[in-house]
Formats: sequence, C-alpha cells, structure tokens
Amino acid sequence: MTATATTEGRQPTEGPQPTPWRRALAFALAVWHVLRGPSSVFSLGVLVLAGFVAGIMFWGAFNTALELTNTEAFCTSCHEMQANVFEELKTTIHYSNRSGVRAHCPDCHVPHNWTNKIVRKLQASKEVWGKIFGTISTREKFVDHRLELAIHEWARMKANDSLECRNCHSDQSMDITRQSPRAVDAHQRFLFTKEKTCIDCHKGIAHQLPDMRNVPGWQ
Amino acid sequence: MKDDLRALAAAILIGLASSVAVAQDFSALRGATPLDQEGPAPRITPEQNTSLREPRNYPEQPPVIPHSIEGYEVSVNGNKCLSCHARGRTRESQAPMISITHFADRDGQFLASVSPRRYFCTECHVPQHDVRPPVDNDFVDIDTLLTKAPPGGRR
Repeated sequence: MTATATTEGRQPTEGPQPTPWRRALAFALAVWHVLRGPSSVFSLGVLVLAGFVAGIMFWGAFNTALELTNTEAFCTSCHEMQANVFEELKTTIHYSNRSGVRAHCPDCHVPHNWTNKIVRKLQASKEVWGKIFGTISTREKFVDHRLELAIHEWARMKANDSLECRNCHSDQSMDITRQSPRAVDAHQRFLFTKEKTCIDCHKGIAHQLPDMRNVPGWQ
Repeated sequence: MKDDLRALAAAILIGLASSVAVAQDFSALRGATPLDQEGPAPRITPEQNTSLREPRNYPEQPPVIPHSIEGYEVSVNGNKCLSCHARGRTRESQAPMISITHFADRDGQFLASVSPRRYFCTECHVPQHDVRPPVDNDFVDIDTLLTKAPPGGRR
C-alpha cells in the first residue's frame, strides 16, 4: 500500500518506470510497516513458542555449520592447506607417534572457548579473501608468505599463553621425572617459573620453519 | 696371443667360480637371505637421550649427539641445533658452544658466526642408537693402548 503510494507520488518527476533501487526501498518500507504492527492472527503464546523453536533450530544449525568448518577435512579441502601445511604436519610427532593420539588442524589453530572461537572465525574471513584471490595458491607464493603467517600464529599463542598447546599439554599433569634431562631442565627453569610460554621455544614443531633470521632465540 | 688366451681362461674360471658362489647359501652380514631376495629390515631403535656427554674416541672425532634430535630442522630457513649451541644462546641453554673451528671458512678466515661449510651439523655430528653392531669393533683408543705398556716404560 505504502509502496505504491510512494512510487506513484514520484512518477511525474522520476519518469514512467521506478528504478530498481527505488523499488527495493519501497519493499523494505512495506516490510518495516508490517513488522512494526502487532500480530493480528497469531496468539502471543504461538509467537513465543515459534520463536523459541526457531531459536533452537537456528542455534543448532549455526553451531553445526561452525563445527563443520572446524574439521581437518574442511581445512584440507583447499589445496593450499592440503599440499603445504598438512603434508608437513604428517612427518611430525603431532601426526604420527607412539601412542596414536594426534592433533588435528583446529586443535591448535582454533580456540576452543566459544567467544574466542567466534573472534577467530571472523578473522578467518581474511583467509576466504586470500583463497578467492589466490594469495598462497602456489607453493612459491605460500613459501613467500610463510613468515607472515607464522608470525600471526606465534603472536596469537604468545598472547594467550599458548592456550592451544595447554589444552592437551597441561603443566599440572606434566610429570617431569618421565622427561629427558634436557626437557626437565628447560621446563623447570622457564615453564614453571612462567618466564616463557610453550611457543617461545617450541616453534616449527608441526610445520616447516619460515626464515628464522632475527626471530628471538634463533640464529 | 699367449696373454690373450691366458686372460680368456682366467675369465672363464672366474665366471665358473662366481656361478658356484651364487648357488651357495650366503651367511654373511646380510644373513642367510639369498642374494636375489630382500631380508627383513633390522629393528629401528630409539635415539639415546641421556644428555650425558660421550667421550671422543680420538681427539679429532666430532663429538656425538647425546640427545634426541627428532624433528629438528636444519635448513636454509633455520637451524634448530644452533638455537641452543650458538655462542649467543649458551647462557640460556647451558649447552656446549659450537667449536670456534666452526667459525673459520675454508681459507682460514674467522667469521662472526658459524661458517656456511659447517652449517649442516649432522654431516659430522650424529645421534646414537642402542644397536648391536653386525661386526665386532676392536678399536682401542690411544690412552688405553698406552696404559698397556709396562709400568715405567716410555710413553
């Protein structure tokens, strides 16, 4: 009703046909008009119940979709991940080891806490951009960007006190009597005193190293 | 002519001998597996990880690595060994510093840091595994040899 009134009112000055932009605006105004008014058909109970059910369905679908993007199959569905970082991971102890427990991509690269996970997922929109424009679409381009990508991950782990490491490797459960003498010494001097965090020493443990010149602790 | 005949005879003899040898069962380092088959691979044992320095068998021997170096990357991008054994890292790591001989290039000029020709550590330094050697080693180091001399004998 409002829509026709608006467009008809401006017809003499705008020409015979309304532009698509004007038509969209008119439609939006009509929807807004309906939304502002009270329900004339459904009872409050139905509306509340329908909203509740719809909410559950939305939340379930949202989290299911979110978790689908949190799988190794999803990560390695892009050749950038499959051919570079995933291949490199396969040779390390985080993929193959004596106990058969292994880390998957999101175990280290996506925070487990929900709020932080959402923040990381929003940041990952940059990665969608990179995928579309082929920022690391070849091995050469990937190697060129490796330092930048590694610095991002080191900074994230440094800032959250290596939280993703500690999700599995808790210093409470770490029995240093079962560690090698070098590990005992290093963990007692630097980890338990909180002088350093995991990523300060354990760089390049799951993927190959970038150019380490001028990285603290490296030559 | 005579030499040629002799060479031919030798070749025939060698050929006969080797064909006889192939027919035999070998019991050498490779075990009793026939030559045209592949025997079972020896077990892979874990790296020694005591961190206790092993003495050198002779003064010029590159020291062996008394700890595990599994997953240590030594490449154009970085050197995990040097992140403990480099001169500037030894306060924190308390690891032995790489020898100053490693700072010299092949013209004997001393550089500020490790010379490129000494960069790839495992070309000389290797970790140790607990294995039973297939051939007994009767190497005796010089100190042991000298103590076998009669007491009071000249060194």
